[in-house]
Amino acid sequence: MKENNKTYWNGFEQLTNDPEFVKKAEREFPEELPTNGASEGGSSRRDFLKVMGFSLAAASLAACEAPVRKAIPYVNKPVDINPSVPNYYASTFASGGDYASIVVKTREGRPIKIEGNKLSAITQGGVSAVVEASVLSLYDKQRLTGPMVDGQQSDWPTVDSEVVFRLRNAGNVRVVTNTLISPSTESALQEFAGSFGAEVVTYDPVSNYGIIKAGGALPSYRFDKADVIVSFGADFLGTWISPIEFAKQYSKGRKISKENPNMSRHFHFESNMSLTGANADYRTPIKASQNGLAVLALYNLLARRGGAAAVNAAAVEIPHLEKAAEELWANRGRSIVVAGSNDPNVQVVINAINDLLGNSGETVDFSKPAYFRKGNDEQMNQFVTDLNAGRVGGVVFFNCNPVYDHARGAEIAEGIEKAGVSISTNETLNETASLVQIVAPDHHYLESWNDFNPKAGEYSLSQPTITPLFNTRQAQESFLAWSGNNTSYYDYLQTSWSNGLFSGQNEIGNFQEFWDRALYNGVFTSENAGSASVSGTGNVSGAASEIGRTYSADNANVELVIYQKVGIGNGYHSNNPWLQEMPDPITKVTWDNYLTVSQNWAAENNFKMSEGNTKMGRITVGNKTYTLPVVVQPGQAVGTVGLAVGYGRTKAGRVADGIGINAYELVDLSRGYNNFEITEGVTLELVNDNYKLPQTQTANTYMGRQFVVQEATLGEYREDASAGRYKPQVYAEGEFVKPSKISLWKGHKYSQHHWGLAIDMNSCIGCGACTVACQVENNVAVVGKQEVLNRREMAWIRIDRYYSSEAGADSYQDLERAAANPEVVFQPMMCQHCNNAPCETVCPVVATTHSSEGLNQMTYNRCIGTRYCANNCPYKVRRFNWFKYHDNKDFAAVNVAQNSDLGKMVLNPDVTVRSRGVMEKCTMCVQRIQAGKLSAKRENRKIEDGEINVACAVACPTDALVFGDMNDPNSKVSQVLKIEESIEAVKEVNEERAYHVLEEINVSPNVWYFTKIRNKDKNEA
Amino acid sequence: MQVTSSVREPLVTGGKTYKDVTSDVSRQVEGKPTVGWLLGMAVSLGALLLGSIALVATLWEGIGMWGLNKTVGWAWDITNFVWWVGIGHAGTLISAVLLLFRQKWRTSINRAAEAMTIFAVICAAMFPVIHMGRPWLGAYWALPLPNTFGSLWVNFNSPLLWDVFAISTYFSVSLVFWYIGLIPDFATIRDRATGIRKTIYGALSFGWDGAAKTWMRYEAVSLILAGLATPLVLSVHTIVSFDFATSVIPGWHTTIFPPYFVAGAIFSGFAMVLTLMIITRKVFKLEDYITIVHIELMNIVIIITGSIVGIAYITEFFIAWYSGVEAEQYAFVNRMFGPYWWAYWSMMTCNVISPQLFWFKKIRTSIVATFILSIVVNIGMWFERFVIIVTSLHRDFLPSSWVMFYPTLSDVGVYLFTFGLFFTCFLLFAKFFPVINMAEVKSVLKSSSEKVKR
Repeated sequence: MKENNKTYWNGFEQLTNDPEFVKKAEREFPEELPTNGASEGGSSRRDFLKVMGFSLAAASLAACEAPVRKAIPYVNKPVDINPSVPNYYASTFASGGDYASIVVKTREGRPIKIEGNKLSAITQGGVSAVVEASVLSLYDKQRLTGPMVDGQQSDWPTVDSEVVFRLRNAGNVRVVTNTLISPSTESALQEFAGSFGAEVVTYDPVSNYGIIKAGGALPSYRFDKADVIVSFGADFLGTWISPIEFAKQYSKGRKISKENPNMSRHFHFESNMSLTGANADYRTPIKASQNGLAVLALYNLLARRGGAAAVNAAAVEIPHLEKAAEELWANRGRSIVVAGSNDPNVQVVINAINDLLGNSGETVDFSKPAYFRKGNDEQMNQFVTDLNAGRVGGVVFFNCNPVYDHARGAEIAEGIEKAGVSISTNETLNETASLVQIVAPDHHYLESWNDFNPKAGEYSLSQPTITPLFNTRQAQESFLAWSGNNTSYYDYLQTSWSNGLFSGQNEIGNFQEFWDRALYNGVFTSENAGSASVSGTGNVSGAASEIGRTYSADNANVELVIYQKVGIGNGYHSNNPWLQEMPDPITKVTWDNYLTVSQNWAAENNFKMSEGNTKMGRITVGNKTYTLPVVVQPGQAVGTVGLAVGYGRTKAGRVADGIGINAYELVDLSRGYNNFEITEGVTLELVNDNYKLPQTQTANTYMGRQFVVQEATLGEYREDASAGRYKPQVYAEGEFVKPSKISLWKGHKYSQHHWGLAIDMNSCIGCGACTVACQVENNVAVVGKQEVLNRREMAWIRIDRYYSSEAGADSYQDLERAAANPEVVFQPMMCQHCNNAPCETVCPVVATTHSSEGLNQMTYNRCIGTRYCANNCPYKVRRFNWFKYHDNKDFAAVNVAQNSDLGKMVLNPDVTVRSRGVMEKCTMCVQRIQAGKLSAKRENRKIEDGEINVACAVACPTDALVFGDMNDPNSKVSQVLKIEESIEAVKEVNEERAYHVLEEINVSPNVWYFTKIRNKDKNEA
Repeated sequence: MQVTSSVREPLVTGGKTYKDVTSDVSRQVEGKPTVGWLLGMAVSLGALLLGSIALVATLWEGIGMWGLNKTVGWAWDITNFVWWVGIGHAGTLISAVLLLFRQKWRTSINRAAEAMTIFAVICAAMFPVIHMGRPWLGAYWALPLPNTFGSLWVNFNSPLLWDVFAISTYFSVSLVFWYIGLIPDFATIRDRATGIRKTIYGALSFGWDGAAKTWMRYEAVSLILAGLATPLVLSVHTIVSFDFATSVIPGWHTTIFPPYFVAGAIFSGFAMVLTLMIITRKVFKLEDYITIVHIELMNIVIIITGSIVGIAYITEFFIAWYSGVEAEQYAFVNRMFGPYWWAYWSMMTCNVISPQLFWFKKIRTSIVATFILSIVVNIGMWFERFVIIVTSLHRDFLPSSWVMFYPTLSDVGVYLFTFGLFFTCFLLFAKFFPVINMAEVKSVLKSSSEKVKR
């Protein structure tokens, strides 16, 4: 219009700018709004009603709080991020020297689940409970959101200038760290040390210094190559050095079949009942004070056989030791002897024993050293002394917490002030970081780049799986920055790989390709590791005389054995509610720290523990006294008491603070190493205070119920593959038949898939990795200590732990009581997905139904919560939402994954968070099944076996659980069960060891158990 | 027509005339509330109020307020439910079954017994609703209503659904039966009343005219309803027992449950009627209508049903042993000697041993002894349900899941709430409705009262 300069007028009025018109034109609607009424000022009845109606509507609208949903669409979709399609990244978990090669599952850019990396030669796809749970610590509220200087929030440039300025004039600088297995981190640290003249002090909260001191290095252990395993208190399946790796190896020797009816034989000598001891074939409780002598006795027994010179040792009576020696000797080169003791003298003898047996180089390989533990107890001890003497000018705590986890933590706390400069890189303001001047918080490991060298020749990488959530900076980058090197750690890492590993190989010519391959795989094995020249041998007679001095065959004192729990470990991850609520594999206690005492001691004190009701015990070590609840532990060596580290945190966060006591304070340093076995100066007395422990299982035995646990010895199994099987029969129409032959049910037919699970009780070591994996995968709520006390934990999969009763027990009372040194059996228990499910018939609203693929399904939306299904479940695997566990301030402190925006980032978006008043239970990871089916359908192909796997089976470090399609004759589950091909719900299973728990009630589960076979000569407890 | 036996004691003593009956019964309705009544009402309302705190807490926070856990999914809730339903059995039995059997002594107690039934069933029906995790949905999802949820329908295999039908049928039939019986008496009160009360009772009496034809229809309807109600007496508790009998849990999975439950229900119902009637006759001075003969007859029913229950207990044990099923055997040994031994032995003492005292005429004709024993029986019957539900569940197949159940304050509070509700309703009934069926009592006066004959 502008171009042809024409203007069209509405009329003459506009053209003439008639004032009347202009006045009207300004008001768009010439008619009066009716609310104004006819007359000005007054309002009519109608207006009143209108106004009132409006205000009422407005008020009610305002009262309905419209939830603000923040959903920000991708304007430009990032490459590889597809909504609802997960991405997987290979990475590495390392905490101190605890190591696992992992695969991180991310959804929409959030890491939500951790699984094992099958390409790793070390962990081989296994994970532990701690590794599984570590994803939650990424979203921990306790993490620092930015650097701090002198207690004030700060920024990185200030931190950098302050650190450099203060350290320059500090004088003696020490960097304190736990074991580092990252070569690039070490070199970054060296750069830092170089520029400030700093010395690196490495210590481990639970140290294995004894082994390193005795043999010069930590050897590679090969439990898979050992036919006879003898362990003196080394909990290698639970907490010792590299439990995932060892569990994987161990399980290889424990799997048996008719074709290969051989398994390793495991002798175990220990004071506390450990997870490993619970799996042993012959377990002998010994006092800690006899430990060294027992090792010496074994040496002498073997030396006699080998013609070597015996050493002087006090005689000590230890059952099964003679037998162990005999079998070790018969399996020279195919056996292994390990000890958990941190006493270098004991380790010298152990090395000598393995030498005698020709195990060195076979099962104990010093030529391929492992780097899981590098801590030097003496150096650390010296550091504390120096710190307190004011000889340390500046101290940097690199992701470690010695104020809490060192025996002289209190002295360190005091000494920090004496150091002119104190810096910490901890992610949280823990006991140590809260005392230092400058905190430069590190990334969480899921936000970091790093490399690892856990063993000679074995490398792995970790990569960020999320943009840093907070204003943190990778500690290595901080060290580089402080030493004046401004390269990013990522470049630094690449450079060091380019110069080192890349140039050391000639398979791939291009570094980028080499790097991408290593990053994709997560691991890299270098061929030319260069064998170390460590022999591992030491002076046996010298060690023997030392042992003779420090150990005694008849110590009458109470002995304290400090140990790590499988879930809590050394306490570094104790602010993780998943780990706190994970029941201890042995005691089944959650959320608590306690003293384990022998049945003998309990009897002497006229004290019985039942249904979690116990009393307090007062333990005095030197001048320190603590009062803790007491757990009567079957298998605890008489005269000993066990206490776990990892508790007594004061600044871990609101999950862990205030639980139990700090047992590190009791560790004895007087012998030049961290001694976890206190044999002198310990007194223990019963205090008459009642206490209730939050246990998830209070019954100790399986009451001789063969329909629950079926077991046999290896000898029996060799004679008859169905040994130990209990085969109930029902009388019908003149003959005895299997219960499955009679049914009121027409029976399902599964034309497509028939999902099933086979559980080998021989492989299951009870570690609990599956339980945490399930919790992460399925958004299972954490309910906290009080609700566990109320027996309302929500776990979908649990591991039932049963002790054997005393041999010959037949009254119910005797059966209820665990034997003094019981055999232990672990039975993972989850929804059995019964074909004739008792829960399905009783639900009044059909909220639980059977799928066309054999799954028992739970429809949360339809559930009205009568709990009839749970009552009628013979396996008691159904869990009820007694309260609203999400978005509820009463549970915010424990159920962190469902109560804050930060915590909720860890939730699996494929799984509903259940509301109050509905029932839930194991779904056999139906979301994974659906995802697998969907991707197969999209690619127009059949599902491959192994493509779909349930979270528990994936996590299992011993492959005890096998999941698959029982309709597919080639699937692994069909193979192990030897299933005849059919689409019937009731499958003919030909594996003799396979059985259903509670076969006689014919609920026809889709979960099968394999009899527990012990490698014992005869049935004996 | 009426045959008078010289050996039978008269059913109504004190030489009452028809007018006496009317005035004795109507006096309570017409007069001012007595101090005793007001006191009773205060206590009941107090219990109701106190209990409602627990009820509201449960509804607000969730079932977690109760002591239930992963293994014991039902405890006090369903114990109370079965207990109240059991109590609710006496009314219909007395009015329907005894009517069919022409037991005339029922006439002076049937009204109150039926009222008790209705209130007990209301209390009972509350539990299946509030024990749900999501009662706001469950209250109607459990009904087979046409819906827009798609093809969602209830599960006709579930005994809980059978319960819904059983209880609602029983409740409606009992209510109708009770109300039909009330109509002639309302008319009597209407005829004596003035003012607003006349209007109210007039409305309540549905225009009863007392014509012979009306009476005939009344008799016919009563008989038909009695016929309908009789099978319900047996069916309700049979179906309630299916909740347990059809399950797989040792201690529940038992075919003896239906007859055993029915006997137990009558047992507890009669005990509750006795408890209430002994108080009512005292407070309302109705000793001539509810005589020692009534009490003795009811005590005899208690001996019989108590003995049936006792035999059932013993049979259960025998069968558990005879079955050879390990878990079953353990469940029963655990009842006797396990951690809940006290509940079991309370049940045994109260239900099996104490009613046997009624073999002594002196005890069964003693008001005080009857009163005490009637309460003892109901304590015992509560424990019976507790034993069946809790001690079976707490230690079932897998020892790993064995737990203990401990009640919380909310458990107790909700139970107290039902007591408050029950007694509030009963007291209101006693004040405003004729507690004795005047019309029917008058029909038995002829055969029992000397005066009326003259």
